[in-house]
Amino acid sequence: MRKTTSTLALLAMVSGAATSLIAGLPGPAASQGEKYRVGVVTLLAGPFAASIGVPAKNGAEMVAEAINNGTLPAPYMGSRGIAGRPIELVVVDESTGTAKQVTEFRGLAERRETDAVIGYLVAGSCLAVAPVADELKMLTLFSTCSTPRIFEDGDYKYVYRASAHLTPDGVTAARYLLKRTPNVKTIAGLNWNTAYGQDAWRDFRLSMLALKPDVEAINEQFTTFGGGQYGSEISALLAKKPQVLHTAFAGGDFEAFVVQMTARGLQQGMQMVMTAGAGSMFRLGDKLPDGAIIEDRGPFSFFARPTALGNWFRTTYEQRYGTMPPYTAYHMGQTLLALKIAADKASKGSAKPAPEEIGKALEQLRFEAFGTTVHMSRSKGHQAVTESAIGVSKFDRAKGVPTVTDITYYPADCVNPPDGVKSEAWIKSGFKGAKCE
Amino acid sequence: MATLAFIVADGIIYASWLLIVAVGMTLVYGVMRILNVAHGSLYALGAYTAATMVGAWFQRGYVPLGSFGVLLAAALVVGVVMGLILELGLLRFLYGRDEVVVVLATYATFLILEDVIQLIWGVEARPAPQPYSLLGTTSVGPLVLNNYDLSLVALALVVGGISWWGLTRTVAGKVLLAVIFDREMAEACGINVRRVFRVTFLFGSVLGALGGAYTAPMISVSRGLGVDVIVLSFAVVVVGGLGSIPGALLGATVIGLSRACAVHLLPQAEVFAIYLIMTLVLIVRPYGLLGRQRLRKI
Repeated sequence: MRKTTSTLALLAMVSGAATSLIAGLPGPAASQGEKYRVGVVTLLAGPFAASIGVPAKNGAEMVAEAINNGTLPAPYMGSRGIAGRPIELVVVDESTGTAKQVTEFRGLAERRETDAVIGYLVAGSCLAVAPVADELKMLTLFSTCSTPRIFEDGDYKYVYRASAHLTPDGVTAARYLLKRTPNVKTIAGLNWNTAYGQDAWRDFRLSMLALKPDVEAINEQFTTFGGGQYGSEISALLAKKPQVLHTAFAGGDFEAFVVQMTARGLQQGMQMVMTAGAGSMFRLGDKLPDGAIIEDRGPFSFFARPTALGNWFRTTYEQRYGTMPPYTAYHMGQTLLALKIAADKASKGSAKPAPEEIGKALEQLRFEAFGTTVHMSRSKGHQAVTESAIGVSKFDRAKGVPTVTDITYYPADCVNPPDGVKSEAWIKSGFKGAKCE
Repeated sequence: MATLAFIVADGIIYASWLLIVAVGMTLVYGVMRILNVAHGSLYALGAYTAATMVGAWFQRGYVPLGSFGVLLAAALVVGVVMGLILELGLLRFLYGRDEVVVVLATYATFLILEDVIQLIWGVEARPAPQPYSLLGTTSVGPLVLNNYDLSLVALALVVGGISWWGLTRTVAGKVLLAVIFDREMAEACGINVRRVFRVTFLFGSVLGALGGAYTAPMISVSRGLGVDVIVLSFAVVVVGGLGSIPGALLGATVIGLSRACAVHLLPQAEVFAIYLIMTLVLIVRPYGLLGRQRLRKI
């Protein structure tokens, strides 16, 4: 009897210990040693690697490490891995051209056995990869590739985007500009001759016309991507003398343009509207003139809300990489976070959740990201929206650092078209259904 | 009238930049029959070195105008060092080989040097804008020009003038012309063609690096800089005629003015204006405006 009691006690102890061990496991049970492989695609070479491509990779690595260690701030503190598995990143260069991107994507899906692919900065890459993602049934979350055409012109089952597209930038800039200077009569644009550049100018120009129909676009310049020489364009603008100049230049081209235009005094008597320039402010220092209306493609960097997650992202990035994170780092971070939240939500038992299950969990997902709230509420839950932010550049000469003043936030429903409505049609309709209060 | 003045001024400034970048490439081709794709890397190396040296110059608070000397020194150092490395370490083994093989070798060098640049300077951009605003501006009516851009025109005139004077008024230049016209005959007359090659390549390399160094203050030096430059240089050289220095001057002027016309009169055409001109020239004169048809020796 005594022996039986001891055996039962031992069994109870072992089962109790096992139960507590299982209970202590983070997230859903996972196969031992199995990882969740995520393909990360971004620009690692070429003129935009330094300014936006590599920061996107940095954002992915920083967030993946924090997720693996369970060190993300609340509300994600202690939640490790994706679906209980540590994240393993497989980084791929996006600068190799559109055709090669399709091959690289197939390689990620078929040869390198990734569970999901995130990233892409260039609109052309996303437009080429999206149909292949559906063909291969590969869960793909775009992080930037700004064009709204992805879900406006296509309908994909396995493709999502966890950041806002380009349209809010132009709408926000037009609303803010007219609030500050209501008497604008003439505008001009200097943008790349790419889908991004043309869409950015279209959205801004149409928004200005919708809000103030007597505005006239008197000069439209479209230049080579990575051109770097803007002497002739500056002369043309000096000759035309528009009241407002809009540019969605970013990275090296933006910096080259600012250096060249300030040397010739283009900014004197002309209001600059720079919708993707904030990421270059530290590199430009006092070369960027005070008073430029500036954005960072959303509520990021200077514009990120000082939440626990927002502060963690900016501080950790600055400590690790020695500079303020640009929007692509935030985009990539929040995309990986979206994948984690959806996969954890879809996870049942020890098996990896299927792409379809994660996709279902992504639709209409609303989550706290790094300094903003992301809502997957457009294009049947495949396209995210966030609030937008804008301000005015000012160099703090006492501290020797650039700052942004007069920051204004616009609600997502004020600057994004409602679900199922195309951007261009929405702007032309006078922003029908916009909720700006 | 004002638009015409803008077009002429912008066209000349852009042509000057093109000439500085392209003249080294056409000289190397004219003498050595090497279409040097690595010329773009020399441009990028010149830009990176200049940006680094100018940054250090201003950080130490030296006389600002001295930064122009720093730009020239950077070009000289990069041009001579890299010219020697490439000529002694690679090209001298390829003399006499098929031109296509040499092009492929210089293309491979270009790719390697792109990675070398990343190894040395990383992926971060290197802005060095201080010299660009040092010289002030010149206003003529509505035309406001940066004097740095005007100094680029002066530099192009000096480079073009030295090249012309060196080729037509010196013994070394006549030797060079002899090699350009008939390499085998020049060698038979006792000219040390290998030495001519080396000096020519060094001069071409310095010009490539000079283009990069002088452009560095106008831009934010970042990766991939050499790619566009090599394409533009190629367009200039092809329009003017491969190997012709007056052709490079003419090609740069035609392309510079065409681009300025497009920007001012038809902005949508800016992106393809250069290539449209190149195509039209090649249709009418397949050997370029000042190029000449060569007889193939069998």
